[in-house]
Amino acid sequence: MSAENVYILGINMTKFGKHKELDTLDLACEATFAALEDGGVTMEDMGIIAAGNLMGGAGPIAQMIQKQAGQTGIPAYNVSNACATGATALRVACMSVKAGESDFGLAVGVEKLAGAGLLAGGSRAKDGEAWQRSGRYGAVAAVDGRIGTETMPGVFAQIGMEYGHRYGGANFELFAQISEKNHGHSTLNPLAAYTKKMTLEEIMGDLMIAYPNTRPMCSANCDGAAAAVVVSESKLKTLSLEQQRRAIKISASILTSDPFEEACQVLPDVNTLTRNAAKQAYEQAGVGPEDLDLVELHDCFATAELVHYDNLMLCEEGGAVDFFKSGAPFRDGSTPVNVSGGLQSKGHPIAATGIANIWEICHHLRGEAGPRQIEGAKVGLAHVIGLASACGVHILEKSSL
Amino acid sequence: MAEQIPFVEYLVLGDDPHLVAHECTACGARFFDRRNACASCSGTEFKQAKVATQGVVRSFTIVAFAAPGIDVPYVSAIIDCDGTSVRANVVNTPADPENVKLGMPVRLTTFPIGTDSEGVEAVNFGFEPAA
Ligand SMILES: [Zn+2]
Repeated sequence: MSAENVYILGINMTKFGKHKELDTLDLACEATFAALEDGGVTMEDMGIIAAGNLMGGAGPIAQMIQKQAGQTGIPAYNVSNACATGATALRVACMSVKAGESDFGLAVGVEKLAGAGLLAGGSRAKDGEAWQRSGRYGAVAAVDGRIGTETMPGVFAQIGMEYGHRYGGANFELFAQISEKNHGHSTLNPLAAYTKKMTLEEIMGDLMIAYPNTRPMCSANCDGAAAAVVVSESKLKTLSLEQQRRAIKISASILTSDPFEEACQVLPDVNTLTRNAAKQAYEQAGVGPEDLDLVELHDCFATAELVHYDNLMLCEEGGAVDFFKSGAPFRDGSTPVNVSGGLQSKGHPIAATGIANIWEICHHLRGEAGPRQIEGAKVGLAHVIGLASACGVHILEKSSL
Repeated sequence: MAEQIPFVEYLVLGDDPHLVAHECTACGARFFDRRNACASCSGTEFKQAKVATQGVVRSFTIVAFAAPGIDVPYVSAIIDCDGTSVRANVVNTPADPENVKLGMPVRLTTFPIGTDSEGVEAVNFGFEPAA
């Protein structure tokens, strides 16, 4: 492929947590202007904007950002792809640059979720006068809770337990240990929503949401935004040496959906599409899992992190439990995973997540991560998955320009 | 006895209660919802296939927070019914990890969930320990 290489020129995430005084647009603009400033460019330079916001409901977020940050008349794409929304927005901007339509692209994800509680599945239908069938199952009442669960903590609990059934060794305590790792990592991340170390006893003894996921093992609903500016390699070469030095190469940008597998319409299959995305990403980037200095993967629940060690091929097939027990995914291990604290402590403002995880990787590759810096990091992988399903995998590398 | 109707269209009541799937005649993929086409091969011809009423628990969770009107905790599970995966609650056993195990053999059971204003009873299905 002779298409242009694409780089991250500027990137930012806001503090994740409660932002009572800021609305969705305030957060989006804060991240946008910070990313532009980080890249040494302005809205005037951008050739495309792609943005996502799932829960705001106020209208097309890309144009709303333009109305505040600069109406320059460029094409605006409003992106919605569940928890992969941010990664999808970034990929849209990348594709425009790759296609030669733009020199610079802007991707933004933003969410206001603090206090949203559990994001449940379908609520119950009203008790009618007489039973009436509705929906594709022809059910006379809501099926969530009556024919299994559609709630996110329950669905992802089953995904982790299924892995345990297939390969053994995964139990409540092991899943809680994964959460303990991420909460431990979060103490070094000042932008995380929660930065408190938690003991295994505290995690296992906390409120049970959907066995084996207790509350601290679930991603934290919070407010936050993240934005990234991408640039073509040929344009980057005309910019300052400082901009070139800090630019991060996007060695692979992959998006997959879930191919049909038996049972995938009964329990979402988050495995096959992640494995497919990872394979494509390694091939596109010309690197292997053993080359990764750090990984930010989609630990929306502790039970999810385990299966993605395997799906991203960080371990042998079926070897995720041993991989964890070896200490590999700890920040001093061979493949540090979620040194940001992951979604369980950093927080999960849905549409922002797929850009925020790339910010974390870039931060380390630039050598700017302060006390949580993974020393000498050169290659990193960022992964998100949104149910329904969409998987985004980006491999990022230190610039060699 | 009150008139009974199944909770969902893919549940068949009577002397031999069982689930019925839409099975793609081209590739054999099974689905429980109304179909436009097959997600596996895009075929559009389906036959009705009886699903085994015995199975094993391939995965489960114990849900402690649910929508209003749902009793908690309850056990949600994925049951492997002789190669066809089924989502259902596990019933007639305490909802705790001491009584629900991965790999546990289970069988289909039915139970009424309520009666409407015209005296019609809706009957749902679940799986219970078969040991
Ligand atoms: Zn088919």
